[in-house]
Amino acid sequence: FISTGSGDPSFKGFTLIMPAVSVGNVGQLALDLIISTLNMPKVGYLHTDCLIPMAGNNPYATSAEDASQLSTNAEVYSHSDLKLVVLQIRTPIIQTKVRSFRKSLVSWIKSCGLVKTVLLSSSHAYQRDDRQLLGTSLRYLLTPSLQKVEGQRVEELGWREMERISVFPDIPDSEQRLYIPGGGVTKALYTDCCTEDISMAVALIFCSEGDNIADAFMLINHLNDWLRLLEKPTQGSVQWRVPPSWSLLFGSGIPPLIF
Amino acid sequence: MATFFGEVLSVYSRAVEEDDDDDLTQNEEDEQIRREIEEKRSVRVQWMSQTDTRSVSCSHLIIAVGLNATGFTSAYVLSCGGWSAVGWVSLWNERSHSSSRTDSAPVPGQPACVLYQQEHNPSVMMCVCTCYVAEDQLFQWAEKVLGCVQKRALTVTVLSDCVLAEYKASDYLSGNSTPFLRALKTATYTGAVACPLLEQPNIITGLSAAVLSHCQVHQIPAVVYQCYSDVTHPDSVTMETYKAALTGLSAAVKMNRCPTSEILQKFTRVSEVQSNLYT
Repeated sequence: FISTGSGDPSFKGFTLIMPAVSVGNVGQLALDLIISTLNMPKVGYLHTDCLIPMAGNNPYATSAEDASQLSTNAEVYSHSDLKLVVLQIRTPIIQTKVRSFRKSLVSWIKSCGLVKTVLLSSSHAYQRDDRQLLGTSLRYLLTPSLQKVEGQRVEELGWREMERISVFPDIPDSEQRLYIPGGGVTKALYTDCCTEDISMAVALIFCSEGDNIADAFMLINHLNDWLRLLEKPTQGSVQWRVPPSWSLLFGSGIPPLIF
Repeated sequence: MATFFGEVLSVYSRAVEEDDDDDLTQNEEDEQIRREIEEKRSVRVQWMSQTDTRSVSCSHLIIAVGLNATGFTSAYVLSCGGWSAVGWVSLWNERSHSSSRTDSAPVPGQPACVLYQQEHNPSVMMCVCTCYVAEDQLFQWAEKVLGCVQKRALTVTVLSDCVLAEYKASDYLSGNSTPFLRALKTATYTGAVACPLLEQPNIITGLSAAVLSHCQVHQIPAVVYQCYSDVTHPDSVTMETYKAALTGLSAAVKMNRCPTSEILQKFTRVSEVQSNLYT
């Protein structure tokens, strides 16, 4: 972690929200909405060799002046009033460096002194089993340390915990394990945090690749019910601001010559 | 994912599939093989003469990546003379021609990353990169190359190619405006920029992104000029577009504004229609 300004900002007592690079990039899209709506300033970069490099101009520009700020592949934004810090990851993790990325992440989380960490992720919708096909497509997971604190609250909200899948589906009583296909580092990071006794919550949604903007909205509204980042108006849902970097998601304008 | 026309596309999901085997069977031999591969793929900066192994003082570093950018630097800048090769970046990946890394200086004509220094003004350096740098080597490349020059008073300029298809704009671009330049600069860069900045939602990837990210994080003034062209092979019209990028540096870098056709022919390639089914 390298800070933008002089001196390292302190994240003690903050909540960290970060995405897992997963199916449809839903976690990353949801975080774009948070950063853009709450106008969070950038406080640092995660300068690591584990992610593919990328650069571009400010994706959350509100006017021409701040449009020329450079953005890199992993950046940290913070909101001190809400005691919120957000890590946005914009590129895939290099295949051979997945383990070392997880290790650096876990050690950074530990060094920050956070209250809790939330991982936003997604899983392949086509891999759901019979139980998962019914009802809501949103799931959660809590590490044991967070279970004690937030377990009841999450129950009250009516959230569904991610089901464990049998290792051998047709054999009854076979070992149950966690299976998050398409979730990227989600399962591994969750298991790491359980072993390291870090308070982490995973919020995930079942989806498929395609136009995942709707899935991002679903996930973020779901998260907002718990974390209360923005107040919900009595009529309708929270107005999240769509960042300008979401334009042209499916290519340039159409050439008039084809008509 | 099914498209509107009913065809089923196999979509590449950017999610990395978890490798359960990764954690289970990690024995000594696997570790050893992994270390050897990492060692083989490591990036090293090598110097021609033994004396230059410490940090070189540099005020301007120009990096050229891509066939047109490197063709431009060779035809318009290096051809003026006054540049000497002082080092190279040695690396190996699956696309390198040799089966293992060679630590000897690269032969001209072979893909390589060569470092040049201006003879009468040794603080101006240029890196011409014609070889392929793999994804996992990009970060290391930027660290090593920028690590061997002193950061103080350094300005980095990167010239890189891109295909026009990667450029997204809300109104369709007709053929008349290509090739064109777009720029991206770090927060500490205060110099003039010779073209409009790259609009959202466009991004840059690859070596130019790795260098720019490194400079942004370490607060080194840097600017990337990305040339979007609809021609995939080295071509003189595309190369000429880069002239605007170096005009700002004309005090430091001498440029041959109109190279002769002999010089240009060495670096361009006319695309020949390969034999197809119909001829």
